[in-house]
Formats: sequence, C-alpha cells, structure tokens
Amino acid sequence: MSLPCRVSLLPLAALTLLAACGRETRDFSNRMMDSPHRGAKFSGNAWRISNGARLFVWMNCAGCHSHGGGGIGPPLMDAKWRYGSSMADVAYTILNGRPGGMPAFRGKITEDQAWELAAYVRSMSARTRRDALSGRADEPANVEPLPLEKRRRARAVTPEQDAAQKESSKIEGTGP
Amino acid sequence: MKSIWPVSVLMILLAALVGLGAAVLATTYPAPHATFSDRPVVYGALPAPQDRARLASWAQPSPDGQWTWQLGDSAASRFSPLDDINARNVAQLKPVFTFETGLKRGHEAGPLVVGDTMYVTTPYPNDVYALDLTRPGAPVKWKYHPQSQKAAQGVACCDVVNRGAVYGAGRLYFNTLDGQTIALDAATGHEVWKAKLAEISKGETITMAPLLAEGRVLVGTSGGEMGVRGSLAALDAASGKLVWRAYSTGPDKDVLIGPEFRPFYKQDQGKDLGVSTWNPEGWKIGGGNPWGWVSYDPELHLIFYGTGNPGPWNPDQRPGDNKWTAGVFARDVRTGQARWFYQTSPHDLFDYDDINESLLLDIPTRQGLRKVVARPARSGFFQIIDRMSGQVLSAKPFAYINSMKGVDLTSGRPIMNPDKEPKEGRTTRNICPAAPGGKDWNPVSFSPRTGLVYIAHNNLCMDEGDVDTNYIAGTPYLGTEARMYPGPGGNRGVFTAWDPVAGRKVWEIREDLPLWSGTLATAGDVVFYGTMDGWFKAIDARTGRLLWRTKLVSGIIGMPMTYKGPDGRQYVAIFAGVGGWSGAIVSGALDPGDPTTALGFVNAMKDLVKRTDAGGRLYVFALPR
Repeated sequence: MSLPCRVSLLPLAALTLLAACGRETRDFSNRMMDSPHRGAKFSGNAWRISNGARLFVWMNCAGCHSHGGGGIGPPLMDAKWRYGSSMADVAYTILNGRPGGMPAFRGKITEDQAWELAAYVRSMSARTRRDALSGRADEPANVEPLPLEKRRRARAVTPEQDAAQKESSKIEGTGP
Repeated sequence: MKSIWPVSVLMILLAALVGLGAAVLATTYPAPHATFSDRPVVYGALPAPQDRARLASWAQPSPDGQWTWQLGDSAASRFSPLDDINARNVAQLKPVFTFETGLKRGHEAGPLVVGDTMYVTTPYPNDVYALDLTRPGAPVKWKYHPQSQKAAQGVACCDVVNRGAVYGAGRLYFNTLDGQTIALDAATGHEVWKAKLAEISKGETITMAPLLAEGRVLVGTSGGEMGVRGSLAALDAASGKLVWRAYSTGPDKDVLIGPEFRPFYKQDQGKDLGVSTWNPEGWKIGGGNPWGWVSYDPELHLIFYGTGNPGPWNPDQRPGDNKWTAGVFARDVRTGQARWFYQTSPHDLFDYDDINESLLLDIPTRQGLRKVVARPARSGFFQIIDRMSGQVLSAKPFAYINSMKGVDLTSGRPIMNPDKEPKEGRTTRNICPAAPGGKDWNPVSFSPRTGLVYIAHNNLCMDEGDVDTNYIAGTPYLGTEARMYPGPGGNRGVFTAWDPVAGRKVWEIREDLPLWSGTLATAGDVVFYGTMDGWFKAIDARTGRLLWRTKLVSGIIGMPMTYKGPDGRQYVAIFAGVGGWSGAIVSGALDPGDPTTALGFVNAMKDLVKRTDAGGRLYVFALPR
C-alpha cells in the first residue's frame, strides 16, 4: 500500500473510533439525570444494555415476558407498545407499573437501572443501534441467541414494514 | 507460544464435533406434523364385564340429567347416564343455541345446568350468567359482575382462566382470579357472601372450581410460578366463614397433620417434614398450590386432592423432598386433618404439578372390590392408590416418559432417570413429558359401561435450562427456561382409552395438537372432546371410531357437559375459546420468535395462530326434533 493511501485511511480510522466512543462510554455524572439526552445515553450504550440484560433476569422480568416473546405479560420483541415505546415511556412503566398487571419496580431498583432495563427491552425489537448490542445471550443455552436481523424479521409482517423498521432502527438512540 | 496442535487438525476436530451435535439433535427432535389421523390405534380388547372398574358405589352421576359440578359428581366421573344421544344418532347433532361471553381469553370452564337454568362462568373478569332454558335461544336471566382487581391478570401464570362454579342448595359458588370466593343466590344472582383467600400482591390467585362437601366450600390457591405457599381452605357454605385451612408446606400444625395422619410410606412419616425437607425457610415460598380438582367420598368423609409444583422450578435452590408439594392428600372434610399423603414427584424437577383429578373407583381384585383413587398424573403415570391407606397399587405409563423409569411400589418413590436431571448452569435436553406433563388439568371421564377412562392429553418433550433466581413478591419465581416440542411420533396430543384395572391402553387416537379439553362419557356410549383448532368430536366409547365432528369458531380447551333440558331432550354443551397455557400464543398474542415464550409452550404451538382465532362462544347441540 502506498503512503498516500495510508494517510487517506487515517481520518477514516479516526471516524470509526469516534463512532465507537458513544457505544462504549461509561458516564458516571449525576448531571445526566435531568438531561434531555438521557434516553440516548442509555439506549445506545453497550454497557447500559448489558446491565439491562442482566437485570432483566435478576428482577424476574423474563418470568413474565420470557426473552421478548411474552407470557403472563405482553411480548417485547414485536412492534406493539401498549404504553409507548420511547425510553421515557418504558422506564416509566418499569418504575411505576401499569394497571393491567405490570408491577412497579420503584424501590426495588434505582432509576438508572430502570433506564438500563428500558434500553435492553427496546433492543429486543431492534429499536437501538446495532453496534451497541451484545453478540451473545446471557440465558441458558437452550435459547438460541437471536441476531438482530432475525429479531427485526420476527416482528415485521410485510417486506415494506421490514424496510420501514430497518429505517427506524437507524435513527434510534436520538433521545427519549 | 506455538500450539502443538496444527490449526488444521483443530478445525477438523471442531467440524467433527459440530457434525456429532447435529446428529444428536436430529435424533432427539422428532419432526412436527408427522403421522396422525382420526383412526384409533388399537392395543387390545375391552375388559370383560367382571374385570371392569366400577364407579364408587355411592356415586350418582348427573342425577335427573342435571350437571351441578364441573366433574359431574364428587367421584369425578364426568359420566352422564343420559342416552338419547348415542353412537347410532350422534352424527345428526345440530347447534340449538350459542352464547357469546364477549371475552377472548381461554374458556376452560363448562356450564352447569340446574332445573331450567344454565349457569355460565367466564375467564377474568369472572362474570356469571344465568340462561333461561325454557325460552327459545336461552336468553339471559341475570348477570353478575364481580368487583375485582385488574392487576390480578399480571400474576396469573397461564392465561386468565377460570374452571367454573359448583351448585348446591339454591346457591352458586365460584372463585375470582383476584382471590375471592363468592356465593350467589342461584335464582336471582344476588350476592350472598364473599370471602377473600388470596392476595395478588403476593402472587396469589384462584382459578379452580370449588367443590361442595358436607356444607363446606373447598377452595385451593394458584401461584406455583410465583413462589406462593399453597393452601386448601374450607369455607362454611352458609356464611362464608373459614372453617379450616391446610397449607401444603410448613410445620405440621399449618398442614393440619395430627394423630390421624397415617401415611403408607416411611418417607412421609415424621414430625414437621414440611419444614425439614426444605432448604431453610424455603417452605415459606415453596408452592404446592392445590389449583386443580377436589374429590369427595361421603362414606369415608374424606376429600382427595393434589398439590402443585414446588417453587422455584429450579430444583437446585430447594434441596430435599419439598413436602408436601407435588403429591396427593386425603383429608377429613370435617376437620381438615390429613389422613394420608403420597408424593408423586418428590423434589420435583420438571413442574410435574400433581393437581390432576382423583377418580374414585372400585376395582375388582382377588380379595373382592377395592376402593381406590385413580389418578392420571402429570408425570405420565396412571396411579391406582388405595383410598383408605394411601398405598400405591399400580403406576403404569399412559404417556411417553423418559424422565422417570418407573415407580418403586415398595418405597412408593419414582425411579428417576439421572440423564434427565436438570442442573443449574446447563441445559438438559429431550425431557419427556414436558412441564405440562403427560396430562394437565383437563379432566378425564370414566364410563362404567366400558370400564375405561378417557384421557385427553399431551405428547410433548422439552429442554430445560436452570439459573439461580430471586424471590420478589408478586413476580415469577422460576429459575427455569424451557422450550417444548412434539414428543416421539410427532403428534402433540393423544386421546387414550385406558383400562385402569389392567393398567393398559385399549386404544388411542393420535392428535396433531395437544389436547387441552376435558372429556365427557355418556350412557349412549359416546365420548366427547375438543381440539385446539376448534373441532368438537364425538367418538365411539368402545372403539374410538370418529362418529361426528363440527368445527367451532375458536379452539376448544373447555369441558364438555350434557344435560336434560326442561323439554326432556338431551343437550350437549361446549365452550369454544382457545387460550390457557397451551393456547396463550393466540389468546395473549405472544411472539413465537422467542423459544422460551410462555414457559416454552409457544415453541411447540407456532402453527396455532394460523389454525384458530381467539373467541368465547358457548355452543349447545341437540338431535333434530
């Protein structure tokens, strides 16, 4: 490879690194509590999503919602959201419960943990940036980890819907 | 450092391993949609008249053509002496009227008929309707809508089902999902009393149909998936006041174990076994919910009922036999004091709740007739237990079982298959039967005319992976993730005609879908049952030959019943309303993209969405005039 070519690759590499930054950032500041960008900080962040995945099992969410397909509670991997699909909506549902039977987890988890859970929950229906998702599932091996493409396909009924969802998942992570 | 293994060798080894894995998978997962047909597979002849089981001598199935209890009579026979509809004319059955509940969840209950009124109970919100059978189209006489907590739906493990009411002395008794027992004046629908036996904040619900015996209403809790400590309560039928309450775990005084308790097997004898067979404090959140059926012997003053699975499902978190879960109790109905107990699944590994119905039969032996409890257990064994002593006389498989190798009749304990023992942190494959068991709650019927028990049941296997789980009140307490698939042969359901005396299959019908409906046997030698894609079927009680079938608006998981109408004609009724654990994929609009959905049942039911719709319609059939 010629030297000019290598030089021209440098900005590209820098860009790639920058893009990965948000995904891997760990933000410990308290100020983000009231930030309008709170949703984005959680939903596009690999560490937050991973924490959410662990909490999802620890707090027995999986007992009702399985790993997204539902059971006692509704599925989380499809495109239907009874109480809204935004980060704020999902975090609110987790903390305060809903009258149809969703219990309130306020007092059992912190607010940050609720937002981490929300980030993970939304990732089940591919509503998050793909590069922030864990490549493997934490569940026992009887569950095949679902690749993102498959998750999106599972909830898309028509090719048009599929394309639309693909488009919408690109712009996810831009706020609550 | 350089590896001593060349990469190519490693690759070849890896490929070989993958290939081996694929071969194992190919042999353990039978293809779905294999061979099944309406034609019965015959295994042997009907038992000779002198060798047939009889209904308990005192039992009076369906007196005057009425149907006052979900199981027909307190011996749980689901047999009707009506014979106007018989094997020769059943093919002419036509719908007479239908009734919509307006609900789209699983309709597991059957209606009751007393005099000229039909009583219908619905899934949550647990409405009760009285229909006037003297007028065309059976218009509504009254409707009762209970006040209940909506959040109860969030702690009901397997759809928001209800298994119906019981009638006695001018009153109707039923339970609500949020834990109330309600007595209504059957003539007016006015509330007589209300009692509260469960708290949804602790995950407790009630789905079972109460039984009425000696002026007591017997009610059991649900919540085995929520760490609920199960109990059976006896309420005074007149006032609703609690007479006694027997827990399924804990110290003897809570379990109502006293000097009258004489269990047959050694492992059930000792003090406070409901505490010492658990990890410390485990019994407090240990399950054993009696959410199924209670039978009653008026001569012995005994009731018989089974207790549900221990909690959590993950067995590694609860070392010990976990008494008194997953077994059957005999109790004195007057005091609640336990007489004997038999544990079908000690230290249960597979969610083998033992809540299935206890048929009270008399069985011919060399020493004469013997009073027994006949139980088609979740484990897949058909148990014959001495009604007085609790001794297991036989336990033969009516379903395909590889999780247990048999039952040791000396100790009473099942012989476990170590290959199928789930362990935390790994996945155990191809466990048969799966968690819903060889047969779930849906009750069998018995015809004294053939001596056969008619069992609508499952043929499902599962993979089970266990993880450590936390107890959080009001949330699931499982620690198990499962996925189910068809058992050997590929048919997910089986209808078995079983000779309980010889302990053998006489014939079976292999059904594509799991069977989740009850069965009904009549003196017309016809047996009725339904399928989850909505076929309501009548078969010949002797041969299993299909005599008639009709397709209903929704899948059938209800209990068929028959009655004599005010006009003297015989009618047959069944609910179409798919749901329950098996049909949750339709009634709960669940997503099959996740194999663990609905505790893994959805994985075996992916095609149901295309084959039936959610609904809630009662059908009543009769012969043309």
